[in-house]
Amino acid sequence: MKHKLFGVLRRIGFLVLVVWTVVSLVTLLIELVPGDPAVAVLGDQATPEQLAQFRAKHGLDRPAFFFGVPADENGRRHFRWYGLDNRYSDYWVAILHGDLGRSFRTDQPVKDLIFQRYPATIQLAVVAMLIAVCIAIPLGVMAGKNRGTLIDNGLSVVALVGISLPSFVIGPMLVYLFAVKLRWLAPSGRFDWSDIILPAFTLGAALSAILTRMVRSSVIEELGEGYVRTARAKGLSERTVVYKHVLKNGLIPVVTVLGLQLGVLLAGAIITEKIFGWPGLGLLLVEDGIAKRDYSIVQGCVLAISTTYIIANTLTDLLYRWLDPRIRVA
Amino acid sequence: MSRLGIIGLAIVVIFVLVALLAPWIATHDVGATNLSMRYVGPTAQHWFGTDSTGRDIFSRVVFGARISLEVGIVVVTVSVLIGTFIGVIAGYYGGWVDRFLSGYLFNVFLAFPGLLLAIAVVAFLGAGLNKLIFALCVIGWVGYARLIRAQVLKVREYDFVQAARALGAGDLRIMAIHILPNAIQPLIVQASLGMAGAVLSEASLSFLGLGVPPPAPSWGVMIEEARDLSTLQAAPHALIFPGLAIALTVLAFNFIGDGLREYLDPRQRRR
Repeated sequence: MKHKLFGVLRRIGFLVLVVWTVVSLVTLLIELVPGDPAVAVLGDQATPEQLAQFRAKHGLDRPAFFFGVPADENGRRHFRWYGLDNRYSDYWVAILHGDLGRSFRTDQPVKDLIFQRYPATIQLAVVAMLIAVCIAIPLGVMAGKNRGTLIDNGLSVVALVGISLPSFVIGPMLVYLFAVKLRWLAPSGRFDWSDIILPAFTLGAALSAILTRMVRSSVIEELGEGYVRTARAKGLSERTVVYKHVLKNGLIPVVTVLGLQLGVLLAGAIITEKIFGWPGLGLLLVEDGIAKRDYSIVQGCVLAISTTYIIANTLTDLLYRWLDPRIRVA
Repeated sequence: MSRLGIIGLAIVVIFVLVALLAPWIATHDVGATNLSMRYVGPTAQHWFGTDSTGRDIFSRVVFGARISLEVGIVVVTVSVLIGTFIGVIAGYYGGWVDRFLSGYLFNVFLAFPGLLLAIAVVAFLGAGLNKLIFALCVIGWVGYARLIRAQVLKVREYDFVQAARALGAGDLRIMAIHILPNAIQPLIVQASLGMAGAVLSEASLSFLGLGVPPPAPSWGVMIEEARDLSTLQAAPHALIFPGLAIALTVLAFNFIGDGLREYLDPRQRRR
């Protein structure tokens, strides 16, 4: 019990450490912008007053970190300590107050923009995952049961092709087929319930391939266990053996992968959302953030996506410990 | 090696040859637009047809192989070097060095969705081939470092390492001559999968407008240009050929990786 609690606390401690690192990285990344971010946003035509006003408003006139090595009039660099008067501490204070700053362009609070878009991304990721599971379990079981046969080899190749086909190839091809040729579905947007089908399938395709491979090897492993022989000896049908007994045990590793993949889906959603104009976090990041050089939106989106990813991973880890008693005891 | 591995190897050899001999293979100038020849389907003159500005898709796919190959080789080489260096240090010295490197640094990088980190780096740095390569190296080295660390932990306990130490060999000599050659094998598999990953990431970032800027014939850029509805309607081949090129290349490196893994580890041979 004590060990278990220690393990959980350790995991949560690590979560805090990682989130701290991510926030630090995201705050400091703006230093990478070549030249002056204010000029990048306002353009060359901006007057010095406009630039100064912009910098003051977004704290860009203040030191980036606790210390720095600014150049003096003669171009020589000296170490300087700024103390708490810096953008990095400001950003932390703001985040702890639930404030992610304001958009460089529209002046809207970044937090509001993110909360507007967040549900669409989660919806997309969850539906993609459901589609992937619905494809992977029957295919994986079929391959595992018929291991070494033509069916198995054929499915393995299909799975590898699925992993190798990137979403930005699958997506437009689906658009061509279902929106341009057959005219069954809309090519982009999020208006009708059916609009999620193409993006979710695109996002879930690679995952379904990965899961098929996992279910296959899981089924093969479990089929060799003693309880399977017992179940068969009892005279249970092969169907019952596989779907009631084998899958129950074989799905534990799959659940873990699913949890870890939720984060991958969130990151992958950036591309899928762009293909289908799906108004989620990814589209916000790419179209409003990166394309318009609205760095505060970029920071907010990167933070939101990575924090969700990290939390999903931690929850998966804790769930796995709870699901598998062998790890729980250890 | 398995049959799929050999097929993968064959495709990769073709890919490398196409990339190296691109100027001789390409039938047209990659940048030459010809508005009277827009959306032409595959013909004897334009094997893969033409795109929305009348450029020859075959020649662009051929030159696109160059960009993919360049990014793949540079990213994998740099990542392997950095990853090996850090991994050996972590595995060999152990203690607090290892606790910091593998306990904190590796995990932080692995806890971050790789593509997102690359996107973030390029978003702030600005788009471009070198910046893209830099971003992919930033996310690429960790996998190798973790792998090498685990190998070094194992190899470091072998008798011949103890023997070398007893003979008075220094740390550097032990690491470079005794441990590394015995720890490096799984790296080959990882590097092959890494090539697939790098080719895919380059195309993804270029597709998002964060990689090689147009009109360069990057496969990702070509797909981005081919996916608007009017082009899709008039010339689906503008999407299909670069898409096939990416899929085949990535598939081939995955085949090689899988094949090598089975070949190097008999326990994994087709269960």
